Amino acid sequence: MSRPEHAAALVTGASKGIGAAIARELAADGWAVGVNYRSDEEGAKATVKAIEDAGGRAVAVSGDVSDGDRRAMLKDVESELGPVLCLVNNAGVARDGLAIQLEDDDWDAVIATNLSAAFRLTRDALRGMIKARYGRVVNIASVVGPRANAGQSNYAAAKAGLIGMTKTIAHEVARRGVTVNAVAPGFIATDMTSELATDEIVKAIPARRQGTPEEVAAAVRFLASEQAGYVTGSTLYVDGGMSA
Amino acid sequence: MAAAITEENVQKTVFEALPQFGVDESQITRDATFEDLDVDSLDLAELSQIIEDEYGVALKGDDVGKIKTVGDAIDLVVSRGS
Repeated sequence: MSRPEHAAALVTGASKGIGAAIARELAADGWAVGVNYRSDEEGAKATVKAIEDAGGRAVAVSGDVSDGDRRAMLKDVESELGPVLCLVNNAGVARDGLAIQLEDDDWDAVIATNLSAAFRLTRDALRGMIKARYGRVVNIASVVGPRANAGQSNYAAAKAGLIGMTKTIAHEVARRGVTVNAVAPGFIATDMTSELATDEIVKAIPARRQGTPEEVAAAVRFLASEQAGYVTGSTLYVDGGMSA
Repeated sequence: MAAAITEENVQKTVFEALPQFGVDESQITRDATFEDLDVDSLDLAELSQIIEDEYGVALKGDDVGKIKTVGDAIDLVVSRGS
């Protein structure tokens, strides 16, 4: 089935890095894009401008995915751009520490933003997708989760949870033309990882380099496309071979 | 805004919604079971949302699990609204 006209995509955490690249890619593929941000309004506006300069449609959508204004975010996008038939749960935080020292707050904050918020936003967005008999949900997971990374038990739990959630919701809604998939980036060059890019880490990646946000975004673009209509419940690794 | 929750209105909504899930209109009666109509749990969840949108009555998973026939669903919505 082809994508309904005037369909909009909402990308959470899209003011910079991987989220911004995803927003630009989806816009290039014809989606009108809601560019969500929590605090970096300037970054979100820059993403919107880049999309508009390239001939696309976008709006900046303010809101913290981990608190109660998720429905308002969806409504904002719908009223400005059209029904939200693509949701990319990208917003994420990291609060690293060895498990033995990890505070409850660090655990809770990471689970709340990286997992619970993605579930709640997906649940709320599915309603319109099911009604439209068309939808694309892409959850940005990580190679951390399926594999270990010392110091990130909270992050790994959330990301592994996201993959489990992806598979189950994919099962539930497949017959309504709604696909749910995950993309699992490896070591991607962003602000979040710039201090970690030591030679030693890069040597452990089979591709011997960091990935780019654009390489992650290309995978999301595919999963959000009409052509990926038979791909659901899967996790696409974009990791230079790290998890192979 | 929300329509009046009468048996007649709710029945009309339910009867009109079921064909969206592939149910043959000629088979829809109050006594028909959702199992016989091949209406599954996702269909019932979607029906619940249609009812919530129309009447402002939210049916939860527990409620939906108890109903067997089309008539049960209509009666449940009417009882919640009164």
